[in-house]
Amino acid sequence: MIINHPLLGPRDAQEFTYLGDAALMDRPDGMAFPSAEAAQDAFHDYLYLRDNPAGEHRELWFHEQGDRSWLVVTRNTVTHEITKVEFARDVARRRGRSK
Amino acid sequence: MRYSGFRVIAEALTGHKGWKPAWRDPEPQSSYDYIIVGGGGHGLATAYYLAKEFKQARIAVLEKGYLGGGNVGRNTTIIRSNYLLDGNEPFYEFSLKLWEGLEQDFNYNAMVSQRGIINLYHTDAQRDAYTRRGNAMILHGADAELLNRDQVRAMYPFLNFDNARFPIKGALMQRRGGTVRHDAVAWGYARGADMRGVDLIQNCEVTGIRTGGGRVTGVDTTRGFIGAKKVGVAVAGSSSKVMSHVNMRLPMESHVLQAFVSEGLKPLIDGVMTYGAGHFYVSQSDKGGLVFGGDIDGYNSYAQRGNMPVVEDVAEGGMSLMPLIGRARLLRSWGGIMDMSMDGSPIIDKTDIDGLYFNGGWCYGGFKATPASGWCFAHLMTTDQPHPTATAYRFDRFRKGLMIDEKGQGAQPNLH
Repeated sequence: MIINHPLLGPRDAQEFTYLGDAALMDRPDGMAFPSAEAAQDAFHDYLYLRDNPAGEHRELWFHEQGDRSWLVVTRNTVTHEITKVEFARDVARRRGRSK
Repeated sequence: MRYSGFRVIAEALTGHKGWKPAWRDPEPQSSYDYIIVGGGGHGLATAYYLAKEFKQARIAVLEKGYLGGGNVGRNTTIIRSNYLLDGNEPFYEFSLKLWEGLEQDFNYNAMVSQRGIINLYHTDAQRDAYTRRGNAMILHGADAELLNRDQVRAMYPFLNFDNARFPIKGALMQRRGGTVRHDAVAWGYARGADMRGVDLIQNCEVTGIRTGGGRVTGVDTTRGFIGAKKVGVAVAGSSSKVMSHVNMRLPMESHVLQAFVSEGLKPLIDGVMTYGAGHFYVSQSDKGGLVFGGDIDGYNSYAQRGNMPVVEDVAEGGMSLMPLIGRARLLRSWGGIMDMSMDGSPIIDKTDIDGLYFNGGWCYGGFKATPASGWCFAHLMTTDQPHPTATAYRFDRFRKGLMIDEKGQGAQPNLH
């Protein structure tokens, strides 16, 4: 697979390490829950449960042997076709993180 | 029809005119007591033991393709029970004991061959870890032996013993481990289940699971609705897809694992071997091909085919372990889809919906587990209690911190 890096252009997927579903960017805020149990539930779901779709999947790749940036790659898990590559930081900022 | 040596001779003398199909191809009935989703090794074994050991009737197995066309038809055929942790070892030892009696039990030649498995070690630390693992196995009633370098050299003189970085120092051996003709396992269970009245329904994909009042009432399929009192899902690889019909998210990702076979060679490896310095395991089929594999590709996939980097990585592992295979040609490679769970161990458990049971998360160790998985799943579905060897394989082990993580990798499925 070739990942079309937003800055560096097409790079072999071997240069990257794979983390998993891009939903892992949205770690729950442990202090924002009414009870410890609710926080525990949210963290359980965040850490252990996955959508694991057959088809389009947004996922986190780390350019470990490159510029060490985190990318959000939209890839089809049935065909391995990559349709979109973005910097994870851009995705996060668009959603209002780090303000 | 019972198979026997006498039968083969009698058929040979009469022109092989008496053989019949090994199982029927029935139309689905409107309802069953038990529906097993998934006609692979685990699903067929579940149906077989439900009928034979737990004396249940009105059972159907629903398969979206053909019987045994998934992972039971595309693995590296290894059986063993060399696990370390308490949650795993009794289960896999139970499975190995079932393998030992399987062919007599279901009257089918599955070519169970206990040719021994060795796990090579290359450092003092690895030797200590294997000593501990061997002791854990022995404490659970399995067999284990620690071999030194000379004993391994006597068995496989061609290995790369004096590699400067990863010299082979010895191995952990389980003599009762070995290989089994994988397709014959599916066929044997299918035939055994069919003989006991189980309907094996192929080309029947489950498209929905119906519930009412917190209970399962049946499944929608490409061949219409089929009612059921109890539904067991055994579709490892596609577990998340099937369980999404009841909006269940599972603690697993689907990954592709590749395996390879070389051209036929003269007898070279009479057992099963795993490399301790890279991820590479190999055995030799009865036709002479070296059957080997390594790591999963490492990204979510339902594609049943992998990419070149892992092919290269596996080949490098093979070359560094036994340089003599360098001139052998690769005949075939293929990929299968694994349920990679969050701790590398499987789940055999009830769900929150009454009458809906789940079996999956086998990572890439599902084949050796086939008999015990079927038995324990049948036990759970009939009694609503886990089998004594499978009490740890629960959904809630993640919530309770009772993970069964043999490799100690944490909640990162592609590292197990």
